Amino acid sequence: MGRFILNRLLQAIPVLLVVITVTFFLVRLAPGGPFSAEKAVPPEVLKALEIKYQLDQPVIMQYFSYLGDLLQGDFGPSFKYPGRSVSELIFSGLPTTAELGIYALLISMLLGTAAGVVAALKPNSAQDYIPMSTAMIGICLPSFLLGPVLMLIFGIGLEWVPVSGWGNIPGDKILPALTLASGYTAYVARLSRGGMLEVMSQDYIRTARAKGLPEWVVVLKHGLRGGIIPVVAFAGPAFAGLLSGSFVVETIFQIPGLGRFYVQAAFNRDYTVIMGTTVFFATLIIVFNLLSDIAVAWLNPKLRGRQQGSIQSGANE
Amino acid sequence: MSLLQVNNLSVWFYTRNGVVKAVNDLSFSVNVGQTLAIVGESGSGKSVCCYSLLGLIPCPPGRIESGTADFDGQDLLSLPIKQLRQIRGQHIATIFQDPMTCLNPYLSIGEQLIEPLIYHKNCSRHEARDRAIALLEEVGIQQARGRFNNYPHQFSGGMRQRVMIAMALIAEPRLLIADEPTTALDVTIQAQILELIAEIQRKRNLAMIFISHDLAVVKDIADHIAVMKDGEIVETGPTKSIFDAPQHHYTRELLAAIPSGSKPESSTVSNTVTSNPPLIEIEHLNTWFGGKNAIVKAVDDISLSVERGKILGVVGESGSGKSTLGRSILQLVRPSSGEIRYDNIELTTLKPRALKTLRRRMQMIFQDPYASLNPRMSVFDTLAEPLLYHGLATRKTVTPQVLELMDDVGLAHSAIKKYPHEFSGGQRQRIAIGRAIAVKPEFIVADEPVSALDVTIQKQILELIENLVEKHQLTMLFISHDLSVVRYLCDRIVVMHKGRLVEQGDTETIWANPQDAYTQQLLSAIPSLQDQQPRSRHHETGDSGNRSSE
Repeated sequence: MGRFILNRLLQAIPVLLVVITVTFFLVRLAPGGPFSAEKAVPPEVLKALEIKYQLDQPVIMQYFSYLGDLLQGDFGPSFKYPGRSVSELIFSGLPTTAELGIYALLISMLLGTAAGVVAALKPNSAQDYIPMSTAMIGICLPSFLLGPVLMLIFGIGLEWVPVSGWGNIPGDKILPALTLASGYTAYVARLSRGGMLEVMSQDYIRTARAKGLPEWVVVLKHGLRGGIIPVVAFAGPAFAGLLSGSFVVETIFQIPGLGRFYVQAAFNRDYTVIMGTTVFFATLIIVFNLLSDIAVAWLNPKLRGRQQGSIQSGANE
Repeated sequence: MSLLQVNNLSVWFYTRNGVVKAVNDLSFSVNVGQTLAIVGESGSGKSVCCYSLLGLIPCPPGRIESGTADFDGQDLLSLPIKQLRQIRGQHIATIFQDPMTCLNPYLSIGEQLIEPLIYHKNCSRHEARDRAIALLEEVGIQQARGRFNNYPHQFSGGMRQRVMIAMALIAEPRLLIADEPTTALDVTIQAQILELIAEIQRKRNLAMIFISHDLAVVKDIADHIAVMKDGEIVETGPTKSIFDAPQHHYTRELLAAIPSGSKPESSTVSNTVTSNPPLIEIEHLNTWFGGKNAIVKAVDDISLSVERGKILGVVGESGSGKSTLGRSILQLVRPSSGEIRYDNIELTTLKPRALKTLRRRMQMIFQDPYASLNPRMSVFDTLAEPLLYHGLATRKTVTPQVLELMDDVGLAHSAIKKYPHEFSGGQRQRIAIGRAIAVKPEFIVADEPVSALDVTIQKQILELIENLVEKHQLTMLFISHDLSVVRYLCDRIVVMHKGRLVEQGDTETIWANPQDAYTQQLLSAIPSLQDQQPRSRHHETGDSGNRSSE
């Protein structure tokens, strides 16, 4: 297992390098720059700024000096927020985004799995169709539509929960977490339904029934352990996706998270912040994929005890 | 006294293609301390009938149309599911066919074993554990205490079936349903498991329903036999009378289909004339797998030769290396060392290009006709492909050649446009054989070509192979775990055990006078219709395999 993890971490290096390189040159290809604002900056000031941030040097030199800084763990300074480093910016927004992500992950895993299992127990019946059609709607509805609709109904209409904010009024975390979780919940429901359907048709489920076990034991003890594997495999990429994809929800609900920095940085051509956040998210995605694969391997007794060899990753489609 | 009395049981399946009467108007009874064997081919409804008693068939599409099943004063078929669950596992226990798929791979065997005690007898986990360990030891699992927390994949097939038997017995049932409990096992293991089941049945005075497709297997174990065909019992009676005086023609057909006796005289004519020059000579062949730490010697220093126009049988249990031997000869796996001469051409050092032209002369037939045919290719595509690829036909001339092939293997011309899923197992194997002989090879490796087939179909395919070998002057390496099949077909046999060749010689010579201890063990383990010498079954040998280091 140790060797497997080491291998995967080594594989991550070229992946990260490609991400860094592509992002670095793409943001510089985009028209405009960090200091091109509506109000024209005097040329001498611009010149001084460019020298300060080494933007006067050839792009290829900037690239290598960025890589060098990165190796030392230095994401560089922000161009738009003078005096603040990119690392500071990331870690000031991360706790909020992570909290939101964890809530959304828990909701999607628990609710999604439950819905999927219920649907799988009676395939092609109302018990299957109702949760699965709801899931389909969940997948189709984008969060920038679902968020405002939930706000309208539960915030303004029924006045059950606050409309926006984060951590100021009790209950204001409910709507953003639900909105962010909706698409993932639906996907998890479909995954767990598929997994359970497959497992429940296995011979060993018949064995369990033939032993006279109550049906809930058959389903939860004998079925779920195998049926949940696709969900576990998806959990890692899902969490990375929740973290990096939360900017829409953060914008709708006025949440001071990492996602909003990301979007603003892109508009502002804040090169170092874009780069830093991208590298950070890429690392997260790699790490969470790896964690998922380890969890999946651990769930399978055949792979658990294995010292070496490859563990197939079923997570990244 | 009858413990279970089934009357007029009908189970129908409502499928898209119409109603399948899987079980139709079936009546039978099982007495305490007695064994009823239900014998029939796949699809005859024997498993469905037993599973429906326990409510284990999927409904829909299945539906119990009529009937009663009186078990100890209760009608199983009209019992509410809650009460039926009390009977399942506690009073009626089941041993399933395939211990590979019927044990939950995600739970330790101990956990699976104690469940019936916990849910039926309200045992504490501690108490259940002690009883489970005692029972595991009784069914022949050594060091049961240490292996209690092992997972199914850490056991060999025979050991898993022992675990399954222990699981069935743990709640002290009164009726045991054994559904083909030995079909997935090797012949020596089969003998051990059969003996174990018989012993347990005697010791506990159980009533037992033993389902099998193989009359030879049930001969020693059953008191009564019911022969099933197409959902109905065509004949039933005491075991002795079924074997001595079968009434129904289907029973007679089943009995006749069991390969027994030696190779028929007709084809041994050429055999007696001369010994032919060898087509294939193998010297000190080794095929090893694995890395630095764990080398598996799948083929270990084997030397043999195959004479032109003869069928050489390779016999051994699963894992003995017989398939690897066949694949090594065809260079489908590259041997680690040794020489293979095909018609005096050394294959092991041959360049890929030269090998490709030789490939046409060597073909292979695989075990599972379901897996080895491409489901998206019609019969025509399957048979035409090798002809076109090797340039033996052009697009214009290929059709008559395909039709000729279909005649050869006994397929109707009308089937030419059909796809594999439209055929039965036996017909599929005919297609696979047709593909193998399409390019007019001289040499064929047949890897267990009949072991996935029902016994009557098996007989037809064996006859087909025999005819084709004669007609096309083929040389064949016939790999099988089934000694009766090999005896029926092969001129010479070699016996493999753990990668090594333990004995070789003329089939009948080995049959009459096996020299090697392992060959003797193999022969004595074959369930046979004739009453032969008393069987000396070797109990704990061979099946103590531990798979923990796969």
